[in-house]
Amino acid sequence: MNSEEFATARKVSNIYWDSFKTFFKIGIFTLGGGYAMIPLIEEEVVNRKQWVSKDEMLDLIAIAQSCPGVFAINIATFVGYKLNKTRGAIATTIGTALPSFLIILAIAMFFSQFKDNPVVAAMFRGIRPAVVALIAVPTFNLGKRAKLNMWTIWIPVVSALLIWWMGVSPIWIIIAAGLAGYLYGKFFASDNQHPSPNTQHP
Amino acid sequence: MIFVKLFITFFEIGIFGFGGGYGMLSLIQHETVEHWHWLSSSEFTDIVAISQMTPGPIGINSATYCGYTAIYNAGYGHWVAVLGSATATFALVLPSLILMILISRMFMKYMHTRTVTAIFAGLRPAVVGLLAAATLLLCTRENFSTPQEDLWQFCISCLLFVASFYGVKVIKINPIHMILYSAVAGLVLLY
Repeated sequence: MNSEEFATARKVSNIYWDSFKTFFKIGIFTLGGGYAMIPLIEEEVVNRKQWVSKDEMLDLIAIAQSCPGVFAINIATFVGYKLNKTRGAIATTIGTALPSFLIILAIAMFFSQFKDNPVVAAMFRGIRPAVVALIAVPTFNLGKRAKLNMWTIWIPVVSALLIWWMGVSPIWIIIAAGLAGYLYGKFFASDNQHPSPNTQHP
Repeated sequence: MIFVKLFITFFEIGIFGFGGGYGMLSLIQHETVEHWHWLSSSEFTDIVAISQMTPGPIGINSATYCGYTAIYNAGYGHWVAVLGSATATFALVLPSLILMILISRMFMKYMHTRTVTAIFAGLRPAVVGLLAAATLLLCTRENFSTPQEDLWQFCISCLLFVASFYGVKVIKINPIHMILYSAVAGLVLLY
């Protein structure tokens, strides 16, 4: 290996390491999950490292949000792939997931010993109802973002009842909803340019 | 074999987990609590609380934790349980990895077509229903107690539920702070 090849190889391994480190950092500092991390990702990936342009980032956020899976992982995979193809994607994905993995493991091992401690147990008796409320809040926020109206409000209600009462798996609901969206788009929504007045309320 | 089941379950959750961390929680809850009975509903609620309070995406945190607890509850030791969390996390991430690589390789141009937009439009209201179901399914005896069993705890639980909902939704208190406040309330009122 001559010195030029060696330099290229070093540069490549550096960018693996660099992208791994960057997403490791993003993984650590994502507190509360989700959209809180968008500014951090933009700062690191767009402004500092310039791996992705600002416009690409906007597209990428939209795609990562609509695709299944963990938002941060979707972004990491995409940026990693852009840098170094599949191996790059693996590096950034591991980088994002590793901090969570290590921190949770440490807590899981630690917590299983303290779960029956009366002080910890009392704290968690208070925490549990609060957490149920924390899951109820995004239900309403998401409902607002989905622009539910008289004609669509039955969809979440029926989906929730099917899962809650009948024990239907949410996976079937997702499949049915995607299929319904596809069929609706294909056969009914031909006048896409004129959105229905129901969805246009301020 | 529980590891294979764990892998398949979390792989499915990775494929169908639309709607961000919370949307994914309803799938995790359904599969691990309702379907496979790997965890109790109070264990799941504790995991959500801890996933919320620790750094990292909620989906990854809770998958790691659920994988660990599922194996540990099945009667294995701590180190085998570590393998469980690795399995769950890897299985959850794998569909994202595959899908995003496929999209960046060839489907980028299809992402803005009418068909794809229509499918996503169909999914959105259903994900709201998924979250509503997760909320309802977590309103259990284990999380709230019952009036017959312990009237005081039941009332405090309902109060904390309403206060947290109002606090986060209306006053916009940071959810992590809200969890800490309710931990203090639990310590003072439910010790």
